[in-house]
Amino acid sequence: MIPSMMLAAATTVVHASLPSASLMMVMPEEVLSIGSIVLMLVAAWGGQGSTRLISWASVAVLAGAMIALLGPASSGGVAFDGLFRADAFAAFSKVLIYGASAVAILMAPRFFQQTSGDNLRPEYPVLILLSACGMGMMVSAGDLLVLYVGLELQSLAAYVLASFMRRDTRSAEAGLKYFVLGALASGILLYGISLVYGFSGTTLFSGIAEAYAGIAPGTHNYGLMFGLVFVFAGLAFKMSAVPFHMWTPDVYEGAPTPVTAFFASAPKVAAMGLAVRVAVEAMGPAVDEWRQIVIFASLASIIFGAVAAIGQSNIKRLLAYSSINNVGFVLVGLAAGTQAGVAAVLFYLTVYVVMTLGGFLVVLQMRGADGQPVETISSLSGMSRTRPGLALAMAIFMFSLAGIPPLLGFNAKLAVFNAAVEAGLYPLAVVGFVASVIGAYYYLRVIKVMYFDEPVGEGFAKSGDVVEGGLITAAAVFVSPVGWVLLAPLGLATMAAAKALF
Amino acid sequence: MSGFPILSVMLAVPALAAIGCLFLSPAGARWLALAATLVDFVLGVALWANFDIGGAQWQFVENAGSIGVFDWKLGIDGFALMLIMLSVFLMPICIGASWVAIEKRVQEYMALFLFTEVLMIGTFAAQDLLLFYIFFEAGLIPMYLIIGIWGGANRIYASYKFFLYTLLGSLLMLVAMLWMIHYTGTTDIPTLLKTDFPRTAQTWLWLAFFASFAVKMPMWPVHTWLPDAHVQAPTAGSVILAGVLLKLGGYGFLRFSVPMFPEASSQLTWLILALSGIAVVYTSLVALVQSDMKKLIAYSSVAHMAIVTIGLFAFNRQGIEGAMIMMLSHGLVSGALFLCVGVIYDRLHTREIDRYGGLAINMPKYAVLFLFFTMASIGLPGTSGFVAEFLSLDGAYQVSSVATAVCTTGIILGAAYMLYLYRRVVFGDLTKDDVRVMPDLSVRELALLAPVAAVALWMGVYPESFLAPMRKDVGTLVARVDRAAPAGDSRPTIGHAALAPAQVEAHK
Repeated sequence: MIPSMMLAAATTVVHASLPSASLMMVMPEEVLSIGSIVLMLVAAWGGQGSTRLISWASVAVLAGAMIALLGPASSGGVAFDGLFRADAFAAFSKVLIYGASAVAILMAPRFFQQTSGDNLRPEYPVLILLSACGMGMMVSAGDLLVLYVGLELQSLAAYVLASFMRRDTRSAEAGLKYFVLGALASGILLYGISLVYGFSGTTLFSGIAEAYAGIAPGTHNYGLMFGLVFVFAGLAFKMSAVPFHMWTPDVYEGAPTPVTAFFASAPKVAAMGLAVRVAVEAMGPAVDEWRQIVIFASLASIIFGAVAAIGQSNIKRLLAYSSINNVGFVLVGLAAGTQAGVAAVLFYLTVYVVMTLGGFLVVLQMRGADGQPVETISSLSGMSRTRPGLALAMAIFMFSLAGIPPLLGFNAKLAVFNAAVEAGLYPLAVVGFVASVIGAYYYLRVIKVMYFDEPVGEGFAKSGDVVEGGLITAAAVFVSPVGWVLLAPLGLATMAAAKALF
Repeated sequence: MSGFPILSVMLAVPALAAIGCLFLSPAGARWLALAATLVDFVLGVALWANFDIGGAQWQFVENAGSIGVFDWKLGIDGFALMLIMLSVFLMPICIGASWVAIEKRVQEYMALFLFTEVLMIGTFAAQDLLLFYIFFEAGLIPMYLIIGIWGGANRIYASYKFFLYTLLGSLLMLVAMLWMIHYTGTTDIPTLLKTDFPRTAQTWLWLAFFASFAVKMPMWPVHTWLPDAHVQAPTAGSVILAGVLLKLGGYGFLRFSVPMFPEASSQLTWLILALSGIAVVYTSLVALVQSDMKKLIAYSSVAHMAIVTIGLFAFNRQGIEGAMIMMLSHGLVSGALFLCVGVIYDRLHTREIDRYGGLAINMPKYAVLFLFFTMASIGLPGTSGFVAEFLSLDGAYQVSSVATAVCTTGIILGAAYMLYLYRRVVFGDLTKDDVRVMPDLSVRELALLAPVAAVALWMGVYPESFLAPMRKDVGTLVARVDRAAPAGDSRPTIGHAALAPAQVEAHK
């Protein structure tokens, strides 16, 4: 299967290698990079006062990048002699990434305005644009070095974002921690890349696949195998899968909430998309080898993410563990290694991004009497009485994250486990499902606090912010049974996207 | 009625009313909930009236096509019809029982009850495997909230226990469902009912389904969530829990385990019989020593549900019909008993049996109705309980005389704990001052209990009305599982009557 695919890819390379055609295919990245540079210049001269303008302009740039996806960027095939893939898989991931980035920009102004300390500066949306550009390259990478460049562009912007509240020690700590551990992860990844390159002689995914396919049955190529392990370890770091998750809770807790929401959504999609692409396109012939790693990371993430979350009292830390837990479920889809599995991964990510952003939008509403953000779970007490609508939305997100029907979180879990069962991975499915009961416990705890406990004080004041209210409502409606109408089109779209890889 | 999507309408009415309740005043929410449940009851009556007894197996079939991975496909047979009727009959009664007892957060309460009704009807009407699962599992959300918000002192522990216990069981079933979907390539329940799964796979599938339904049922030893949930739930919550939610387990066995995996069912009948036998004796003894009225009735529910399981796994007509009637009868009687407890709980705010006594003197109407339901629970001939127990045990006797003998002791023990309860609460001297001032049943309470009593009596005197719609489905089921029916240990032989000398004389 693989050689024939490569042959097809090779023929398209010839046609697509015209520079102009290649440039058409990277249109979204061009829009984002030119847009971010222009906006940075505006910020340099406009100063603090231009923040609002630049925020909205950044959202417009993201929208423009999304529109640019309509052209050859989603169906062009291979650009720059195989370095860059502009296929449906990349396009689907990019829609999620750009959408989540836009929400992260929209969330920020009110948070920074009301929180004492630093004001929102115009660099915030620009950094998110740069990060989005890097993430777009990650999911489109056809070469290990493009992968690395995209990853670093995304990461460097993210390190700055994590420590964006300069005078807040927790934020500074988060940034530093993220940077040190992220650099370590990049190092591990780069080491893996160098091993793979050394033993296959190429950094192109198609060539690497050939090298893996060339390992005679029964023999071992330790260099390639070690390379594979290191590449997956580096990727696991970026998507915060166990055992490379330890930075997540601290960074999520310390970073400003809009930044945390961003970390929990778009980069996860990018890292997962990248992992899927590397696993299927570059290391497809070594599926039995990487499947063991993925299954281990998946179960470890599901179980650890669930168990460690039980003791948390900070809602942001809880959501951090929840994101680890969810990465485990996404990996179940990847472990299947089939087209259905990849489609399930994309579907899960779509639902997950909406649930998580919704959850963080609710966290943004949590402010004490002095207007300062509060993050303890106990401060949610009795929210069903003081803010019934908000509590209902949060309950929907929590039940959905727990995977209880009729909410869409259930369909997402169903999709990944369905793929796993189809691939014959019954033990994985059984253990994963059983562990999701542990996960249900801590999501239920949030609901318990909101609905069963007596209210403390006045409750959270209404923000009156139309954008945030609208986004919360939209997210809640999406994961509610109303979202069932989207199941069929999403199913088609994810299948089409997954098909691009097989 | 062809073409009119009556089942979807029955789902839509309470769903829309549930959303509406959230935006109304407490009084408005009460009336809207009552109206919606009554509309559903009327629709249910129309459903029964238009059900073609002896006609097609699946009636009122609707298929709105695929929604992603599953189809919106509804349809009912006789079993589902009866259980839907039970749900829509009990629902207005639950709303009525909560009329004054629920004072805080009325809108949310009514919305959750209506949401529960949607899910119950959906579970019984679903013809798609995954759609069934969605309805089946989603029922956890409203019950979790109902127990947790309006429950008693230890409500939070009970709500968690209820939720996590049942979730764990259900997820194992979901894995089995996924396997079945891949094996057959369809999620259509009527097609799956005709599929013969390989023997070895059947055992695993059966066990996975068993994990879910045994918890829902609940069977010993996974019944421990039930007493906690019942005791902590508000009255109407207990009614719906005992009345309908427990039936989901029995319905699951009847709809999936037995017809889809007949060989495995036959192979594992010993397990069911053993667990049921233990359940009947053990929970009856436990019920005997309870000091909390609700807990006593909760344990009696476990014992009654064990009679359902032995009937279902008898593989014959009597057993299956008995199990169905037991589910209906238990739904009515046990629901009514919880209402009876609720009546006096509303007056004295305690469920301790010792705090009452002598109610026959100042609450005669209550004493009569409570006595009737006590007798129905024991299985007095003329009440629904008798028909149910007799048929189930008759069916089970053909499979295992030992298990039947053990389960029959449950009837004796049942009489013991129910009469003991009744004596302590209703008879004796009226010594306590606060009990003395308790007024008799109000018109509202009478209106809640009387219809249930009437139906329980109807089912006891003329069970044919309830058996007729199921007859053909029982026949289909028995024909399907007949090939695997276990050989019974009781082998009754036809006697050879010898005429007595005097009769010989007379014949000449």
